[in-house]
Amino acid sequence: MNDSPQTGSVAEQPAPDQTLRPHAEQAFADELAALARVDDRPRPPRWRMSPWAVVTYLMGGTLSDGTVISPKYVGSQRLIEVAVATLATDRALLLLGVPGTAKSWVSEHLAAAISGSSTLLVQGTSGTAEESIRYGWNYARLLAEGPSPAALVPSPVMTAMRTGTIARLEELTRIPADVQDALITVLSEKTLPIPELGDEVQALKGFNLIASANDRDRGVNELSSALRRRFNTVVLPLPASEEDEVNIVSTRVTEMAASLELPPVPAAAEEIRRVVTVFRELRNGLTNDGRTKLKTPSGTLSTAEAISVITSGIALSAHFGDGTLTSEDVAAGIVGAVIKDPVADQVIWSEYLEVVARDRPGWGAFYNACRDAT
Amino acid sequence: MSVLTTETAAYGSTPTIPEPGPPQVEVFGIRHHGPGSARSLLAALEAYRPDAVLIEGPADADPQLRWAAAAGMEPPIALLAYAPDRPALSAFWPYAVFSPEWQALTWALRHEIHVAFCDLPASMTLAGAGRAEHGDEQFELFDGDDEGEEDGPSTSSGHEEGSSGRTAARHDPLAAMAEAAGYDDAERWWDDVIEARLDGSSPFPMLIEAMAELRTALGQPGGREGRSEARREAYMRQTIRATLKAGYRRVAVVCGAWHAPVLTLPLPPATLDQRTLRGTPKRKVTLTWVPWTHQRLASATGYGAGITSPGWYHHLWSAPDKPIVRWLTKVAHSLRGKDLPVSSAHVIEAVRLAETLAVLRDRPLAGLAEVSEATRAVLCDGDEVAVRYVTDELVVGQALGAVDDGVPTVPLEADLNAQCRALRIKRDASAKIHDLDLRKDYDQRRSVLFHRLQLLGLDWIAPAESWVQSQGTFRETWESQWRPELSVALVEASLWGTTVESAASAKVGEIVESGSLQDLTGAIEGCLLADLPAALGRLLGALAERAALDADVIHLMEALPPLVRAQRYGDVRGTDTQQLAVVAETLVVRICLQLPQAVGGIEEEHAATLRGTIDRVQQALGLLAAAGDHTQLRQRWFATLAQIIDRADVNGQLLGRMVRILHDAEQLDDAADRVHRALSYGVEAAAKAAWVDGFFADGALLLIHDATLRRLLDDWVSSLAEQEFADVLPLVRRTLGTFSAPERQSIGGRITADSCTAPGLDPGAEIDEHFDLERARPALDTVDLILGGRRG
Repeated sequence: MNDSPQTGSVAEQPAPDQTLRPHAEQAFADELAALARVDDRPRPPRWRMSPWAVVTYLMGGTLSDGTVISPKYVGSQRLIEVAVATLATDRALLLLGVPGTAKSWVSEHLAAAISGSSTLLVQGTSGTAEESIRYGWNYARLLAEGPSPAALVPSPVMTAMRTGTIARLEELTRIPADVQDALITVLSEKTLPIPELGDEVQALKGFNLIASANDRDRGVNELSSALRRRFNTVVLPLPASEEDEVNIVSTRVTEMAASLELPPVPAAAEEIRRVVTVFRELRNGLTNDGRTKLKTPSGTLSTAEAISVITSGIALSAHFGDGTLTSEDVAAGIVGAVIKDPVADQVIWSEYLEVVARDRPGWGAFYNACRDAT
Repeated sequence: MSVLTTETAAYGSTPTIPEPGPPQVEVFGIRHHGPGSARSLLAALEAYRPDAVLIEGPADADPQLRWAAAAGMEPPIALLAYAPDRPALSAFWPYAVFSPEWQALTWALRHEIHVAFCDLPASMTLAGAGRAEHGDEQFELFDGDDEGEEDGPSTSSGHEEGSSGRTAARHDPLAAMAEAAGYDDAERWWDDVIEARLDGSSPFPMLIEAMAELRTALGQPGGREGRSEARREAYMRQTIRATLKAGYRRVAVVCGAWHAPVLTLPLPPATLDQRTLRGTPKRKVTLTWVPWTHQRLASATGYGAGITSPGWYHHLWSAPDKPIVRWLTKVAHSLRGKDLPVSSAHVIEAVRLAETLAVLRDRPLAGLAEVSEATRAVLCDGDEVAVRYVTDELVVGQALGAVDDGVPTVPLEADLNAQCRALRIKRDASAKIHDLDLRKDYDQRRSVLFHRLQLLGLDWIAPAESWVQSQGTFRETWESQWRPELSVALVEASLWGTTVESAASAKVGEIVESGSLQDLTGAIEGCLLADLPAALGRLLGALAERAALDADVIHLMEALPPLVRAQRYGDVRGTDTQQLAVVAETLVVRICLQLPQAVGGIEEEHAATLRGTIDRVQQALGLLAAAGDHTQLRQRWFATLAQIIDRADVNGQLLGRMVRILHDAEQLDDAADRVHRALSYGVEAAAKAAWVDGFFADGALLLIHDATLRRLLDDWVSSLAEQEFADVLPLVRRTLGTFSAPERQSIGGRITADSCTAPGLDPGAEIDEHFDLERARPALDTVDLILGGRRG
């Protein structure tokens, strides 16, 4: 599919269609090329296309030459506009959201569209060290030659500064606070000092950083206000409509079942819709008909969790049940997903069952299964 | 139509010396509540120097116009027209300081130039509305066409109905123009082309042309709406003719952009307009000014006057340069007031983002959308709560207008006066007592009125202690005393509605919006007494929601008793209590689910409160059971209690009380064993005392009549070691000290009797051997006398 060499990938890498998961700039190379061709608006320094074209790339549309751009992000265009405008002002971008709200997906596509490469990536973990953000050393060389530019191993952030491109940082709040602080100089002074060499790397125009963080993890390693101030924050919401969410869940469930090589289980549209309904209602604190308010449990109840409830239900029914997804298969998973705090969530869940689920037509089996599982 | 001959008595100068040349009429098509329009309008007026200004507004309000210049007038205020015989039939014309109409009015008054309203008089508008609507309907100016004209977003739904596209465009001419200009949103288009102008060059000639095109393209509307529009425009033209006839040479007309093209010279023959206006119904109306608020200007509160962001517009009006920088600084200031750390660097970045966004969206200047998004991303760190705070505080704004003291009365006052006359209640400066017998219809109506005033917070009349000793539920006593400051309170209350009933309903609506669970349950009783069934329905809905969200079981438990009481009142007064019962039942279910967690591990003081609450729930359930078949609920409640009484982590007085409740309800057959266990040797003395307190408090009767329990208590006290007894004595006294003296005597007597009675013998059959016949003789003689017999 993609045989043009313009992605700039290193020669010895396998062809994109052979990889398990091609990068965004590989998978959508045609669209990126078409956009760059049509785009005649002013581009910020070292951007592959204008901010307008970046928004189009993410939201989808039809170009003047007839090329159809597929939507990468389903949701509010205004959010994407704010994100792109942020990157254009040389402020760093912080994408917030509960797990499963396409934060990494959006950041990958933004980097691919703006810099043509989404690979300058730092994965934040509690073990992320300062070397991942600044630079490390090739110790063999360091011992043999002493500190020299050749012995220095640049981090993705340093590379991005040198080339004037976008670096990505996933799960920012998982990184220990002292390591996070290494970013402050980079983001405010746009420079990275290398005291060992008496040198520094000054960022070229076009350099910027997209970080993503989990809303619910704020307490883990909360950003210092000094760092926070360097970011503009865009909160990516959960899917807006039930229909969208049901679609996302069923598509992903089918994909995952295939990749887990589970025996085929008939698509249980009814159970999927029910799980999505329960998740949405509890998350929104309101029933779908808008008539009853509910308490919200402590868990995130994201789309991703709905997917895993269904998948584990399918696994249960395939291996231990009669091969059709029933309420019993789903119940155990859903109870586990909702009740994260054994005391408070237990009450919320019982109330939901008694007040909402019990009297809802067609939910009898589900209600009983959940009561047994609880 | 000869209305006009008397109409030109409006405020202002007399015609200036006739200038040579033909008279001129300049029409300024504005957007209601548009600050950009107002700014352009002022500049245009300065340049044009008219000798008469005509403004779109009810012509019969002319005598009120002079108030606009009074010292005490502070916009936002509204012109209010109401039918004095039916105050609920009313209309508001709200003005903010940035409304072009207001600016034109004050400009003219400042320059002592003749100024008058030229639209259909309120007497005709209300007469038409009064016949069309059967209910008591309030409505505002800017009905129908005007609303669409200025309010893009609200009519965007109309666009989706493809078949009625023409009507939609006529409703919202600016949406059509915005579409032609390539905008998806009429509001933004207007903002870019008119509102965001800072240079003040006149956009009016261009607007008239555009509107003329649009009116031709869309054609005349039909039906009632079309008739009303034709009348309004005919009346405006008639006023212009009359003004010219009176000798004015340079007339300025300020009206909604939609009407502008049909008001320009040369005017069509007057006969046509006379025919249009002939036969228009009229009724007597009163006009006055009332204070208004920015919240009510915002369409978010349901008023069609149609702007979502009065605060923002006010800012655009009052900040002549660097509106974005000034606004974001204001936002930062307000966030700091909420203890959110916002530095000047934040503001700088927010301004940059807003401007970049405007460029990305091809807008000449950042608008509210860009500024709000910058606020969210930079100043609020994506925190929706902070953003909502900014929206309420600044974007909508919390400005409250004021009206000069000299301005005459409001309809709420008129309605109250009428009701007082009908019910023969006088506004007296001296205190007066009203004893009401609710069995009489007349007094019942008075009571309803008093309760409504209570809901409105008008403390002219307040509940009082009765002089007449009476325990009956059909009696109420009130005390009334009028104070001058109550007039102000009345005007304030008039913001809620035009009649006592509608205002009280609206006030309840506010409790629905923002009250706590207790406020809501309290208001439910108030609603029943004040006979506001519609408000009651909303209240119950809100109560159910609030109950679902409230995590504190004590709140839920406190909410139940008033609800149950209300259900009983409702039964007495014939209100539909079905919904009440449903809410009460849900409440009980929630209480039962949450109570077990709430009772564990709490300290003494808290436990005492909770005990009282549990008692009240128990009583309420009793009432509920009396009102209908609720055995299932009662069983659930008892099952919940039964589940708790075996726990070790619950305070003694709660356990004691629950055992007692279950014992009273005959749900427990081992009550005696439990008392024994609780008071047995292994338990600490303080815990025993707490248990006794919980079990026996206000239970004197139980102790008097239940010999088994009495003996238990007696045995326990006798078995205490000396030190233990000394420790526990104050605690036990605390409980038993609450019994009345005769009760204590009676218990004491029984215990003494118990101690000398062999078990198994009937205590009544016992014979005292030391019976002193001498001392008893007088009493026995009297008994003999009564019985008429002879002692043998």
